[in-house]
Amino acid sequence: MKNKIKTFFLYFGLFLWGLLVLFPFYWMILTSVKSYSSYNAEYVPRFIATNPTLQNFVDAFTTVSLGRYFLNTLIFTVVTTGLMMVVVVMAAYAFARLEFRWKNILFALFLSLMMIPNELVVITNFVTITNLDLRNTYLGLILPSVTSVFYIYLLKENFEQIPEELYKAAKVDGTSDLKYLLKVMIPISAPTIVTITILKVIECWNSYVWPRLITDDEAYFLVSNGIQEIRENGFGRENIPAMMAAVVVISVPLVVLFLIFRKKIMEGVSTGGTKG
Amino acid sequence: MKKEMKAWIYLLPAILFLGIFMVYPLVDVLIYSFEEGYNFASQSFEGYGLFNYSYVLHDPYFLQALKNTFIIVIITVPVSTTLALFISLGLSKIKVLRNFFQTVYFLPYVTNTLAVGLVFMILFKKTAYSDGLVNMLIHLFGGPTVDFIDGPYAAKMFVMCFYTVCIVMPFKILILTSALASVNPMYYKAAKVDGTPSWRIFTKITLPMIAPMIFYLVITGFIGAFKAYSDEVALFGTDLNSAGMNTIVGYVYDMLYGDSGGYPSYAAAAALILFAIVFTITLINLMISKSGK
Amino acid sequence: MKVVLDHLTKKFPNRNKKIKEDVIAVNDFTFEIPDGKLVGLLGPSGCGKSTTLNLISGLEKPTSGKVYFGETDVTELPPENRGVGLVFQNYALYPHLTVRQNIIFPLENLKGDQKLTKQEMNDRALEAARMVQIHELMDRKPNELSGGQQQRVAIARALVKMPGILLLDEPLSNLDARLRLQTREELRRIQTSTGITTVFVTHDQEEAMSISDMIVVMKDGVIHQIGKPQQVYDDPVNLFVAKFLGTPPINVFAARVEKEKLYIGEEAVLDVHGVADGPVTAGIRPEGFLLSKDGEFTCEPSSLEVMGRDTSIVSTHSACEAPAIRSIVIAGEEEVKLLDEIFDGVRPAPESKGKLKFHLRPGKVHLFDVSTGDRIRFS
Repeated sequence: MKNKIKTFFLYFGLFLWGLLVLFPFYWMILTSVKSYSSYNAEYVPRFIATNPTLQNFVDAFTTVSLGRYFLNTLIFTVVTTGLMMVVVVMAAYAFARLEFRWKNILFALFLSLMMIPNELVVITNFVTITNLDLRNTYLGLILPSVTSVFYIYLLKENFEQIPEELYKAAKVDGTSDLKYLLKVMIPISAPTIVTITILKVIECWNSYVWPRLITDDEAYFLVSNGIQEIRENGFGRENIPAMMAAVVVISVPLVVLFLIFRKKIMEGVSTGGTKG
Repeated sequence: MKKEMKAWIYLLPAILFLGIFMVYPLVDVLIYSFEEGYNFASQSFEGYGLFNYSYVLHDPYFLQALKNTFIIVIITVPVSTTLALFISLGLSKIKVLRNFFQTVYFLPYVTNTLAVGLVFMILFKKTAYSDGLVNMLIHLFGGPTVDFIDGPYAAKMFVMCFYTVCIVMPFKILILTSALASVNPMYYKAAKVDGTPSWRIFTKITLPMIAPMIFYLVITGFIGAFKAYSDEVALFGTDLNSAGMNTIVGYVYDMLYGDSGGYPSYAAAAALILFAIVFTITLINLMISKSGK
Repeated sequence: MKVVLDHLTKKFPNRNKKIKEDVIAVNDFTFEIPDGKLVGLLGPSGCGKSTTLNLISGLEKPTSGKVYFGETDVTELPPENRGVGLVFQNYALYPHLTVRQNIIFPLENLKGDQKLTKQEMNDRALEAARMVQIHELMDRKPNELSGGQQQRVAIARALVKMPGILLLDEPLSNLDARLRLQTREELRRIQTSTGITTVFVTHDQEEAMSISDMIVVMKDGVIHQIGKPQQVYDDPVNLFVAKFLGTPPINVFAARVEKEKLYIGEEAVLDVHGVADGPVTAGIRPEGFLLSKDGEFTCEPSSLEVMGRDTSIVSTHSACEAPAIRSIVIAGEEEVKLLDEIFDGVRPAPESKGKLKFHLRPGKVHLFDVSTGDRIRFS
């Protein structure tokens, strides 16, 4: 009996926290389908929408350039993640499989870079990109974030798990280093590579600070900057339903990604999450 | 020799990018912080000295940012870690729906903090049309309504901390649940056989076993909270100075760019001060964890 | 194709950076592996046998010396151009590829006029798979196979290129005892039917002795003896080789020679003509003991082990280097009677002291120099 009460309270507590977590999402969707007039008419907000409308979504794409922000973010995410994967895989491969002088010293140097906070280097990078005339360009957005020491480290560890004999066997069969990397190492490490890709995609999709510094032309805004822009100058301060519609649209891709790759993402983050 | 070359070719992109965007800036930011009277347009300066540091340390905006940051750190790190510990413990005790809860709890991690911040803002904000949902609830229980977004400092700080805790919870819950799951059930069985009461199991077995992870969370929590910025923007907009809710990182960016921007030297000095603080606190944390063993 | 190693030496820099001297993994090897033979490289771990294999395959370059395949000097040739097949202890199968894809993998690397069509590759793969009898498992992944099956796939992958030389690095070590015996026979069969010159590395002397045409016993980068297994066993050149070959191992005693007689303890146990007086190390094979009432050599009985056809007597002697002497005797009528007097079941009988006596078979007793371990021959 005592146990049952305990279990009840346990579930109740967990349920409550779940509710708290989900509530903003519910509110976001709810508000996004309320019409502008009905939202403003509710002095006391209602928990359901009596006359749901999709007008806000239309507004979100027509009144502000949400589509543009979306496209920018997509380009930014795909190119950054793609480039980073190439850079990271190559470096990890060199550290894991190739022999060269100063390898250990260089790797230690790489690792020590993990301790450097972004805030410290962003100042110079801002100046560098400005001086290179790369403000308000995709290149300026992308370049500083195409390497990650942490992912090089993660992948190198993973590559090293692959038995040395596989490499020797491939060598005897006349496999070139590049072919070995592409046909053997990458397929075997696919789970880790997928995890890194997803984590990077999430990071790119949510990045705010750097894009804010480097773009002031709306044509190059990413979704995060777009939201801020919408909030400050967008629909007029008070068109909250339209704002929420934009927020819903922006959140959906990541939520879908999360639901598909739930296990991978959670495993990836718990083995070495950096967002603290 | 040919082999050596190959390795360096594989490493070239990484070295190049890290060199330009991490190593060089590291040196550069130090130089910046000592260059006095730096002019961004002409990129000239008057001389070297400590003026930038002294300016920053006397800037009321910086002092406000420092205070805000410290409040956020001191409140959110213990609160979120403790709360996450309890939730994870709860999760580890159940079987049915466990996966479901875990998934739900982790959801905010992947969503855009600015987007969710906007929702929080409208929940807490008081406008001409509506008091907002939170105020409505307060009213229901007979409390005085207050504008959490544009109102008194304490109210703003409350929302700030509340939101920060919500944002960092998914990560902490995830780490702690996997830490709890990795404790060998053998220990619990042994304790049960010995008739150990549950609080004793918790303090004598569970806690020591997951202590390293808790410490990891505290350290990363401190570092993360000291770097708070985009959560503030999400709630209070980009002009954090006038809202009185700026943080150190926010101060750095404002100095660099924006309405009050164009002073990379001040930004560099502020960033280095932040780095010094974070570094010291991390060292202290590590020392405590060492002596704890 | 025959393989010739000519003054082959391989040095590695010392891992311990404080020691400047290089580690010599392979020291001045010269020997010839005749065409179509199965040769076992045998030695304790760290003796340089795997390095030797890598030098033959081309995975490592020698510090000095040459490697010939047939008449061609292949020393500078990269591994892929040497036409060797290599099989590893842990099989080194690509886990993400099926058996078929694994076997085809080497063929996909062929270039120029060697290039094969898809159909040809498939046929070759199937042929190789048939040879090792795994053709029914072609679409499985390696982790769905047993250890023995994985080993066969690895062999098929090595054979599919039709290599001139097949190299096996501890091919049986990862298998359990029963499979090891079976795979051993299998290996011998495949080698005989293909006629490929095969070199394999092992630390298990029984394995090497049972299937090799020729064994190479090495230690610390130096070849100690090369020969047919039985010949090396019967006629070891030094104490190391004598101790390394044979289970149970040879029994080693501190002995001395006085007036052409071998003394162990106070007993003169054997006539040894042509040996100068002085201390020697005497090795006696377990089968060199003949149980006899009036034997010259007296030991202290400690237990009796009856294992099917063999009877093994465990005894002690103060001059023996090991805590126990193992001798295998043929238990004829006479011997059984004698054993019954000495042993009560498997334990020594109460009154057994001094009753366990042996004659020694001269051919099973080897003498070695006390300091160098070199063989001292006698007649």
